[in-house]
Amino acid sequence: MRIKTQVCMVMHLDKCIGCHTCSVTCKNTWTNRPGVEYVWFNNVETRPGPGYPKQWENTDRFKGGWVLKNGKLRLRAGGPVSKLANIFYNPNMATIQEDFYEPWTYDFEHLFTAPKKDRVPVARPKSLMTGKYIDKPTWSSNWDDDLAGGNEIAPTDPNVQKLQEHIKMEYEKTFMMYLPRICEHCLNPSCVASCPSGALYKRDEDGIVLVDQEACRGWRFCMNGCPYHKVYYNWNTHKAEKCHFCYPRTEAGLPTICSETCVGRIRYIGVVLYDADKVKAAASVEDPKKLYEAQLSVFLDPFDPEVIKEARKAGINDQWIEGAQNSPIYKMAMKWKIALPLHPEYRTLPMVWYVPPLNPIMNHIENEEELATDGYIPAVDQMRIPMEYLASLLTAGDTGIIRHVLLKLTAMRVHMRAKTVGGVDDYKHSQLLKEADTSVEELEEMARLLAVAKYNERFVIPTGRREMKDDLFYQQGACSIEDLAPPEGMIR
Amino acid sequence: MSSIFWWVILPYIVGTILVLGTLYRFAYRQMSWAAPSTEIHEKKWLRIGSVCFHYGILFAFIGHVMGILIPRGFYLALGITDEVYHAFAIIGGAFAGLLVVIGLVILLIRKIIHTRVRLHSTFADFFTVILVLVVAALGTYITAIYDVFTREYEYRTTIGPWFRSLFTFQPKYHLMESVPTIFKVHVIASFLLFASIPFTRLIHMFSFPIRYPFRAPQQYRSRSHFKR
Repeated sequence: MRIKTQVCMVMHLDKCIGCHTCSVTCKNTWTNRPGVEYVWFNNVETRPGPGYPKQWENTDRFKGGWVLKNGKLRLRAGGPVSKLANIFYNPNMATIQEDFYEPWTYDFEHLFTAPKKDRVPVARPKSLMTGKYIDKPTWSSNWDDDLAGGNEIAPTDPNVQKLQEHIKMEYEKTFMMYLPRICEHCLNPSCVASCPSGALYKRDEDGIVLVDQEACRGWRFCMNGCPYHKVYYNWNTHKAEKCHFCYPRTEAGLPTICSETCVGRIRYIGVVLYDADKVKAAASVEDPKKLYEAQLSVFLDPFDPEVIKEARKAGINDQWIEGAQNSPIYKMAMKWKIALPLHPEYRTLPMVWYVPPLNPIMNHIENEEELATDGYIPAVDQMRIPMEYLASLLTAGDTGIIRHVLLKLTAMRVHMRAKTVGGVDDYKHSQLLKEADTSVEELEEMARLLAVAKYNERFVIPTGRREMKDDLFYQQGACSIEDLAPPEGMIR
Repeated sequence: MSSIFWWVILPYIVGTILVLGTLYRFAYRQMSWAAPSTEIHEKKWLRIGSVCFHYGILFAFIGHVMGILIPRGFYLALGITDEVYHAFAIIGGAFAGLLVVIGLVILLIRKIIHTRVRLHSTFADFFTVILVLVVAALGTYITAIYDVFTREYEYRTTIGPWFRSLFTFQPKYHLMESVPTIFKVHVIASFLLFASIPFTRLIHMFSFPIRYPFRAPQQYRSRSHFKR
């Protein structure tokens, strides 16, 4: 057993209102510099839609993630030798023109300096990359915001293309959901394996995947090597940049800026313990639909005395073990199994989990007042977002798992409704509880965490493990940005 | 006297700049050490230009090792006659040279015509591309035209021994006096190019990731002993 700790996030999609506050605060904090204007460490996609960059899920095009070849795990874009042969030109890389967009600002200055004229002056869009006017912007990171239903945008969703036969884009059957995305900080990151320079690495202490800016040589294989397309190329410094889980904040016990500012409070952060020896086997499971179960099998029960003993031996301190015990992620993803990984079929073991959204029922339930608890079971199968679509996002196509999660979430609603306003029969003996494989106690616990949990229940983040840092006394009061300011402070 | 400057002093000045400049950049300017790709702006022409140029220059490098670093006696000992060597060198060299020149011309035109690529190119970038183009064009002219139509010049008895003698610090500069002017210009232009390496994008040639196939796919680093 090789115990490691991992910082994870859960996003409860039911509560996402698509306001982009996470994206904006993230951008203002990290990517408001020349070279990374087009970079969104966090973005919110309207689904079904192409996402950002356009059609990032199209693995035939970008060749991200891992594939199983003769039972062995291989990078889809090719191993080290074929990468070195292609090092002068990366055939699978996305470009500004086709896949991202040319970022722009507006010529606001003109509004102040324009001479008096018959017509009102306008602020023309101006490229942030060239400084030249763009007469008509045609795409951006969320150009398709809230346009999921149309027959123009929705068919460009790779998930929809896969399910074309099942999902008909008829007007009265259109559906929409939001998908906020950050770097997945995978347990088996393909960006790290794609980096020829070895500049990308996974941090031992918290599993955050980072780019060593000094070691990065700009070979760009990480960009498309990541199946989530969450590693970006800074065209100004010619180095890769990516979401770093706001490590300067999490090290201090604070949630990431996207979580901190989330209006819907959809985000949860916590740590989990996992066995690093099991990762490879879990990623190499033959059937993609079994990957979700395999992914769950690498995690360790933080209450198991054996695990605690091993964790201490591995240098994990009590604060982190306690953090793993109180982790909201452990509860949602491993204990209740209501949070699912995004695209487990990429075999990277992603560590950002999603609670699928409940959504309006296609055929209105007429007599909801007298409806028996069990009447909600068929309702789950009639929800507006096709279960196949959610399954294509979250379970590699296994609708059984999605149905189970939706049943559980429905049971929670039914129970909490009965508890507060009454109106349904004795749920304790209902089929709904049995099919959802849950208990009243669990449902109440779930409702607490999903609906009313306060800041310190949603974010259980043990502070950075700095005790192994060799000279803490020397570091005391020093600036954390070692390269910009010397650790002994600024001496004049 | 002037031959002492061109074939003794200049090479050592260039060598010093190259070594010290590279060490300085490695130690203090890591953030600027990258292969400054513009593929994100444009990839259709880069695909032809970059691949042609890079593979061409690899071939050309191997050719120079074979012609300049490996002495003539080695080939004779192997039983390779001068005729066979030169036939091979001219065909191989012309092929490599043309690849480099074609690739560079495409890259240069792309750099000028494509707005975003042009605006993100510095003076050093244009300087590099043009200087490499000059050196490569001279080299290709020597191999494909001079050697074929004027005369087959035996540089393995003059330029080769002189270049090797630089490394033993006993420069045989007098060997260079009889060398045709076109070869001299090619050599001096190359030395100017070598001197510019530490200050331009050419620095990325030293970071070819040869260790990549041999390392573990997943990299872990601990915060407590991170690189300072």
